[in-house]
Amino acid sequence: MDELKKTIREYIAKEYLEEGDDRTVGDGTPLITGGIVDSFSMVSLKRFLERKYAIRIPDAEATPEAFDTVERIAALVNRFTKTGAV
Amino acid sequence: MAFSAGLRGQYQSDLAGLREAGLFKEERFIHSPQAARIEVEFPAGAAPKPVINLCSNNYLGLSSHPEVVAAAHAGLDARGYGMSSVRFICGTQDIHRELERRLTAFLGTEDTLLFPSCMDANAGVFEAVLTDKDVMIADRLVHASIVDGMRLCKAMTDTFKHADMGHLEEKLQEHQDKRSRIVITDGVFSMDGDVAKLDEIVALAEKHDAMVFVDESHASGFIGRTGRGTHEHCGVLGRIDVITTTLGKALGGASGGCVSGRRELVEMCRQRARPYLFSNTVPPVIVAAAIKVLDLIGGTTERRDTLERNTAYWRRLLTEAGFDVKAGDSPIVPVMLYNAKLAQDVARDLFAEGIYVVGFFFPVVAKGQARIRTQLSAAHEKEHLDAAIEAFVKVGRRHGILGLGRNEIVEKFGL
Repeated sequence: MDELKKTIREYIAKEYLEEGDDRTVGDGTPLITGGIVDSFSMVSLKRFLERKYAIRIPDAEATPEAFDTVERIAALVNRFTKTGAV
Repeated sequence: MAFSAGLRGQYQSDLAGLREAGLFKEERFIHSPQAARIEVEFPAGAAPKPVINLCSNNYLGLSSHPEVVAAAHAGLDARGYGMSSVRFICGTQDIHRELERRLTAFLGTEDTLLFPSCMDANAGVFEAVLTDKDVMIADRLVHASIVDGMRLCKAMTDTFKHADMGHLEEKLQEHQDKRSRIVITDGVFSMDGDVAKLDEIVALAEKHDAMVFVDESHASGFIGRTGRGTHEHCGVLGRIDVITTTLGKALGGASGGCVSGRRELVEMCRQRARPYLFSNTVPPVIVAAAIKVLDLIGGTTERRDTLERNTAYWRRLLTEAGFDVKAGDSPIVPVMLYNAKLAQDVARDLFAEGIYVVGFFFPVVAKGQARIRTQLSAAHEKEHLDAAIEAFVKVGRRHGILGLGRNEIVEKFGL
């Protein structure tokens, strides 16, 4: 689970933070309501997770609420992986 | 279901929530034609106040130009008020096609299709030309209407960091398995006023076999040496596949927009774009006036040159006075204040001093990026800008922000 959260944090920093942006992304940092990820750009994160963990997250489950923190995203990924413990 | 007391209460509570969050929008009633100097009733019920307008999209000062107004009158007399039809049933007059031909020549494209607005053009174009086998790769700061249009389309969506060509190239490489790729950008970004690196975008798109889409709403008529737009400014005329733009800003300022570009893509819009198919035709009066606008700007660059001079002068005044101004080449000149409350307070105080500007803050711009967006017009005279800077300095001094950069403003006011 820690490895999964670390992977998500690293992807978010690389994909969404601009150069010079000194914000740090923790497991509970609000991503969408905090203005780091907009709901429109969220799709690349969803696709990254689907590819990396060979899962399919239905659009109905990929809500801004479910993607608002690393904690919640990790929980969502775990729900859709077979072992449930990435 | 009836509009019950409970339901009414729910909406009242939602509206109260918007007010509490500082997101409630109020209209200000203007008692004069659109111009550099207007009469504004605000708050509602107050006596109209003369103010200098620094927040309209009347870039070329043509919104109330006598020749445009006369052409509108003539169009009204010659072709009537309304068409009571969508374009493809009985809503296309000869002048609609004439305006489309004129826009095609002006934009340097292959064909053009009018829409009721550029919002409608952006809402309809992607769904009309793309399928679920394609991918749309958009700059993260594109206009909301493009975001809406992309959401209506079945093609995959992706985004790249604002103006980051390295990130764009990564995305283009990542999506080589799609049938087609389209890179989507604004020509001039409406909140920051920066101009897209269209030469680099086109080069990357050609290298990685992608189409290019540009929304030129804040560029058509004045960006580029002869005002044809960002593609002229960046030396890529004829190499843009889809341009959308509006008649509602520099090009007369009434309403109406278009999709212009490759012949087949425009024809797909004529066949499939829902806002074109299911919405009324642009009224003849606007079409006639828009043709006059193209006549006026076709023969001379005087207006866009005046706008360029006004912009340079205004930027210099603000910078010398010690404001934190976002760099750029367009007549959108953002004065950065970072703190949302400060932006609202400064806008309110400027209005009291006779200057009409609006403060923008999250979610319209990113958190911590609140600003006053000033917009120049060819209709501004030097005296307007001199009076405006006097008020800006007075208000800036009152808030103690002159000479402060981002860090100092944030330290003083917070984010």
